[in-house]
Amino acid sequence: MIEFRGVTKRFPDGTVAVDGLDLTVDAGKVTVFVGPSGCGKTTSLRMINRMIAPTEGTVTVDGRDVMSGDAAELRRGIGYVIQQAGLFPHKTIRDNIATVPLLLGWSRRKARARADELMEVVGLAPEMASRYPAQLSGGQQQRVGVARALAADPPVLLMDEPFSAVDPVVRESLQEELLRLQGELGKTIVFVTHDIDEAVKLGDKVAVFRTGGVLAQYDEPGVLLDRPADGFVDGFVGRDRGYRKLGFLSDELPLVELPTVGVGDPAPEGWSLVVDPDGRPLGWVQGGGSVEEAAVVPGGSLYEVGSGSLRSALDAALSSPSGRGVAVDGDGRVAGALSADDVLRALAASRADEAA
Amino acid sequence: MNALFSWLADPAHWSGSAGIPARLVEHLWYSVLALALGAVVALPIGALVGHGRRGGFLIVGSANGMRALPELGLLTLLVLLMGIGLLPVTLALAVLAIPPLLAGTYSGVRNVDPGAVDAARGMGMREWQVLFKVELPNALPLILGGLRGAALQVIATAAVAAYVSFGGLGRFLIDGLRTRDYPQMAAGAVLVAVLALVVEGLLALLQRAIVSPGLRGGGRRSPTVTVGRPAPAPANPEPVPVREPAGAEP
Repeated sequence: MIEFRGVTKRFPDGTVAVDGLDLTVDAGKVTVFVGPSGCGKTTSLRMINRMIAPTEGTVTVDGRDVMSGDAAELRRGIGYVIQQAGLFPHKTIRDNIATVPLLLGWSRRKARARADELMEVVGLAPEMASRYPAQLSGGQQQRVGVARALAADPPVLLMDEPFSAVDPVVRESLQEELLRLQGELGKTIVFVTHDIDEAVKLGDKVAVFRTGGVLAQYDEPGVLLDRPADGFVDGFVGRDRGYRKLGFLSDELPLVELPTVGVGDPAPEGWSLVVDPDGRPLGWVQGGGSVEEAAVVPGGSLYEVGSGSLRSALDAALSSPSGRGVAVDGDGRVAGALSADDVLRALAASRADEAA
Repeated sequence: MNALFSWLADPAHWSGSAGIPARLVEHLWYSVLALALGAVVALPIGALVGHGRRGGFLIVGSANGMRALPELGLLTLLVLLMGIGLLPVTLALAVLAIPPLLAGTYSGVRNVDPGAVDAARGMGMREWQVLFKVELPNALPLILGGLRGAALQVIATAAVAAYVSFGGLGRFLIDGLRTRDYPQMAAGAVLVAVLALVVEGLLALLQRAIVSPGLRGGGRRSPTVTVGRPAPAPANPEPVPVREPAGAEP
């Protein structure tokens, strides 16, 4: 557990980066600091591993004031991932990952074995081990950065805008990977970003900072989207927050039966869903006659019964050419159809529950 | 031309304490001493100022100031103060070696990717570990570049030792001039040039051998790497980008 108690950071030029911060980061959870430029989120993060010393107040990690004791030793016990990865250009990937274990005095052999193990954990091919950072893509470098931070198995991981320098597709896969890793490792992660989408996606709790280093709101992402504390948070959370909030609601949606046809079968009038012999959706056809493979229109996104959120259900309905969203079971077989109206009704029901 | 070759081919010129091999060794000896002295002065100062990331103007100013000193006048002054000997010769030549070594070391350390330095500190390296494990290895190409420049200049200039009645390949130049033995003078000049080029080649080989493959510009990019942005050029000599103090919000 990490605690900020009355923490203020004033730089020598008089700028107040963080102003009277009180905040508790829960152990084993992902806490995201989010806010515009100059809001003190990075400064707050860097006070946890004493890269910056607070002017007033205390920061404690597991009850210990970070300013007591030796800075280098404190930092060796806290994983640190930064933007652009900050890998050592003159060292191989394996030696980059082995950095902290070697600082802690492990044998070279044990440190390297640990590095190889971690490359697998973060999804890097073993033949990358002897390459140098300049030979890797941005996304791969960032995976190495995460592996390097995890090398000595620290309980706390600090991540300072780690994915902001990679392209959106790679960023999304790195985010998924982080959530998967966190499911296995259960670290206490403090993650800084300026991207509210990233914050609500990754955070168990999200702290929104406003310019001047003041904490504006600290809540679970669903609450943040639903009930912004004030106009600043409302404005920062953004226009699509109603739609995003659907991602945090899931409900049993009533499915209606959806008639399907196979390739070569005669199709009825109107839109019909085409499935393969195992019952998995292939796409839609319109109009009568026999179904030809070339006439199949690609379908929309799929809603997986049970695991899906209302957001994915609504998206399935909106993206389907026929207006009917396709729901599938865990094996990808068609389970039924739903409409956008069903989703909105479920939303209204969940509102009524909350109000009651 | 023929006179030059026949002078060089004369076996009498290749033996004895005034022969080519002996003069060559003397010349190299002065050069090595001067480079070592220059390195002892320039490397620690350049490394520390680069590590601290401030005070760079002092380095640039003093290096340029030293470059402007007239070598012959300096040597004459030192000999007048100390008498003829190895010390004034070494000192005068070391003054030439310091500017390129200082500039190379300073800018090499100063230009190491700030992200790598921040990560090193954030992972728990102590200051000396940041310097020796991250900054100096990454600065090595520029430090060695400075050494090559210094070596070239010192070897080319070490001929002035003969001007104050000392040894080295400069003897052929001074003695040749005095006796109007122009083939001897030409031979001396050629020998100095050849020595400088040979040393330059050896240092280039050394650089290949000790600089990490990860720092060689261009690099062998793996064909399996397909996604992502191009990696930043590893060694970027000039100019120094001004960076916010660590931790200041952008």
